[in-house]
Amino acid sequence: MRVVFTLNGRVVEVDVEPNEVLLDTLRLRLGIKSVKRGCERGECGACTVLVSNVPVVSCLLLTVQINGSNIVTVEGLQSDDLFMELASEFSKSFAVQCGYCSPAMALTSYAFIKKALENSLKPSREDIAKAIEGNLCRCGTYPRVLMAIEKVLERRTQVR
Amino acid sequence: MYYSIPKVEYYRPKTLEEAIELLLNIEGSKIVAGGTDLLVDIKTSRAKVRALIDINSIAELRGIVDAGEFIRIGAATKLQEILESHTISENLPLLRAAIESMGSWQIRNLATIGGNLCTASPAADTAPPLLAYDAELTIAGRSGLRVVPVSKFFTGYRKTAIGYGEILKEIVVRKSNWTKWSYVKLGRRGGFTLSIVAVAVTAKISNSVVEDIRIALNSVAPTPIRAYRAEEVLRGKKIEMKLVEEAARFVAGEVSPIDDIRSTSWYRREMSHRLTLDTLSRALGVE
Repeated sequence: MRVVFTLNGRVVEVDVEPNEVLLDTLRLRLGIKSVKRGCERGECGACTVLVSNVPVVSCLLLTVQINGSNIVTVEGLQSDDLFMELASEFSKSFAVQCGYCSPAMALTSYAFIKKALENSLKPSREDIAKAIEGNLCRCGTYPRVLMAIEKVLERRTQVR
Repeated sequence: MYYSIPKVEYYRPKTLEEAIELLLNIEGSKIVAGGTDLLVDIKTSRAKVRALIDINSIAELRGIVDAGEFIRIGAATKLQEILESHTISENLPLLRAAIESMGSWQIRNLATIGGNLCTASPAADTAPPLLAYDAELTIAGRSGLRVVPVSKFFTGYRKTAIGYGEILKEIVVRKSNWTKWSYVKLGRRGGFTLSIVAVAVTAKISNSVVEDIRIALNSVAPTPIRAYRAEEVLRGKKIEMKLVEEAARFVAGEVSPIDDIRSTSWYRREMSHRLTLDTLSRALGVE
């Protein structure tokens, strides 16, 4: 089946069988390697992508289901100020250890920060932890990820 | 790739009628909404499906409507949408509390309330609050609509009242003065977890008398259940700790839990008692 969608700002067209998950289309056909293969059953969050600005797992989404959607991965955020600030904060806070979960962790964090800023929310540490509960990190960097998110939120709310 | 999905046909109807015709005409077809249960079941060979009928483009299955006396929730409404809805937090706080503990953000953005009900897992987390609110389910078929109370919807382990060629259309909850409510879910960890036991309580109280009460649990029987006998202990009575304790003991007698990877039967029974005691105490305001 022919599927047309926007990937990182560019319109792409693929011809896939209905049994192909978005994770495979992105990694194997389109070369998007930031989207990681983890548990393949929605538990680990390593394959997270943004669909219309919200995070979803790409292992439980068929490519044929995203016709017309807007998909964003970290490859598409390399000139996004907020994302780059967050990435730099991940680095400064040592929120990256082995790095396998990091692109997905950063995407979810980015979506959360954006949503919080847009709605003028003041999320608590608990709210932030809740937002990233679907991203497993076997190195256990969670406290450092929370720290990085808090720093960005703090800076961005001060500027406003 | 550890998992792969066998060859499957895919349809994306725009209307309920079209979806019903597809269901009736294609043997081995199955509805997919969020896919967070079904695709895992297909990947692990628990489910065999010849054709997937995707209902996400059927507008009348989506959304939350405050219809005055009722709240209507389309079956294909995403859990995250329900979690963020003011209509829901104002009118059905117990449902909101349960959905908050379901899946992760990534899962709630895909998963639907109707999917949670139709998968009919004993651990379905939307079931206890809907049982406690006396929700009604509208089921669509070729010959029209029929309404089934949620208390009659689960007919056995992973079985529902939905018949051949039928689709769950919406969940309807009458606004009612269930002023007291409490919810607790016990899992193996704090976040993103499946239930070992969950207890939902709603009550109507006037002058310290329990006018009406609902106690519902999941993961402790082949289906989500209501604890009718425990409710009877409290209905029409003055609130007293002694009665609350008696009701909680009745719950332990009404459950029929099993051993599985998440817990043991013994522990589930103990926790059904303990957590009902906590939930009732909180809802009714007794220590």
